[in-house]
Amino acid sequence: MTADLTAGRLPAAFTTPGSSSFVEFVAEVAPTLLPGHRPVTGGGELAVPSATTIVALVFAEGIVMAGDRRATAGSMIASRHIEKVFPADDLSAVGVAGSAGIAIELVRLFQLELEHFEKIEGMPLSLEGKANRLATILRGNLSLALQGLAVVPLFGGFDTERDAGRIFSYDVTGGRYEELDHHAIGSGSVFARGSLKKRWSPGMDADRAVAVAVEALIDAADDDSATGGPDHQRRIYPVVATVTAAGYQRVPDGDLRAAVDQIEADRAGEQP
Amino acid sequence: MSMPFYVPPEQLMKDRADYARKGIARGRSVVVLAYDEGIVLVSENPSRALHKISEIYDRIAFAAVGKYNEFENLRVAGVRYADLRGYSYDRVDVTARGLANAYAQTLGTVFTTESKPLEVEIVVAELGREPADDQIYRLTYDGSVADEQGYVVMGGQADRLGAVLAERYAPGLSLREALRLAVEVLGTPADDSAQALPPAAHQLEVAILDRTRPRRAFRRLTGPVLEDLLADDKS
Repeated sequence: MTADLTAGRLPAAFTTPGSSSFVEFVAEVAPTLLPGHRPVTGGGELAVPSATTIVALVFAEGIVMAGDRRATAGSMIASRHIEKVFPADDLSAVGVAGSAGIAIELVRLFQLELEHFEKIEGMPLSLEGKANRLATILRGNLSLALQGLAVVPLFGGFDTERDAGRIFSYDVTGGRYEELDHHAIGSGSVFARGSLKKRWSPGMDADRAVAVAVEALIDAADDDSATGGPDHQRRIYPVVATVTAAGYQRVPDGDLRAAVDQIEADRAGEQP
Repeated sequence: MSMPFYVPPEQLMKDRADYARKGIARGRSVVVLAYDEGIVLVSENPSRALHKISEIYDRIAFAAVGKYNEFENLRVAGVRYADLRGYSYDRVDVTARGLANAYAQTLGTVFTTESKPLEVEIVVAELGREPADDQIYRLTYDGSVADEQGYVVMGGQADRLGAVLAERYAPGLSLREALRLAVEVLGTPADDSAQALPPAAHQLEVAILDRTRPRRAFRRLTGPVLEDLLADDKS
């Protein structure tokens, strides 16, 4: 923590009224804590871990978001069990693809931004407000993106005003786009989108929606070397979460294993 | 050129303390007490929007009496302090002791160097893993800190209500017992001839730090939940 307390009292930035944003506050008192505020020179390819495929889809009661567990650095597997889908707050989830270290830092910052607003204002942001805040945080990261350290998140949550799940995608400049029904980001997203298009249908229940998300990740892992499939031997399964009016809930590994077994059995049966 | 009158420092400090005490005494009281599964904070406050009791961090709560604009400013500073610390280090490294020290420095500096002291009194409460680890700090307008055991009363009739509470408080109360005790204490009449008039549920602001909750322990008790806890036991 760089803000010093040597003045004998909390510095003026702490007691300045007006802002409910943690990011704005940190930019003033400890700017080096923000990824976009660090001086970066040079460029070129850095061999840092990169996070890959995230899928999200809307179902009857909310959304499902799922991410595989692989991080790659060049052609090497940097991690087999990284987690890329997180609760943003009680009623929303965020998944990240791109430069893993910065992505995880941005998620921490975003989670804190939402909690900070809620504590200071006494009520949570609207879903639209949360989506816009994420765009602003991402925009602060543009200089790093230009250096090859891009992060692209996928955001989704339950909108209490519309009583429905909604999904938002982003580009590295902070552009925010609302997605209808389903979406996928990351290196395996082309294959995952193809799978979602065929399997998704309106008004699915939670179990079916989880199975569709897992199947999309299996398809992505099938054709993209940077996406990891379910690993029965090590018992590593994707991170899958549902967000409904009841809140963010991670799907337990036991359920995922059953879903994966079912998909594999169906596919084995389909073969002549 | 006229010379200013000499005012001895003792007098200066006494005047400031009297001024702050008068401001605080005008407000209604806040009672904070530990129960078996957490800490309950109770205040007489008919407003639903202007809070005297708030969440600072996962296991830390804030309660204040005095001038609203002054303690609101300190509350926001506390949230910023805690969130910045938690972001720089880790969530478990945010402690009520650190926050109480920062507040004490701020209150103390304002008391001695600025033209007017802050007319506030604050409690910073932190929930421990076990009841024995609970911490309740009381901070006064001049920056002095007291580490209180089990319960605190601040505000208008703090001494009088504190004496009533001291007589009846025992560790290990249930939430229902603790809440009722707090409400009865708040309803203690100003003099012995008047009748006790405990405030009704809609006049109360109540929040708890609940040891059974996983991360953010702070929860406001309002509406039917609060009425139910305050209702007489029929069984």
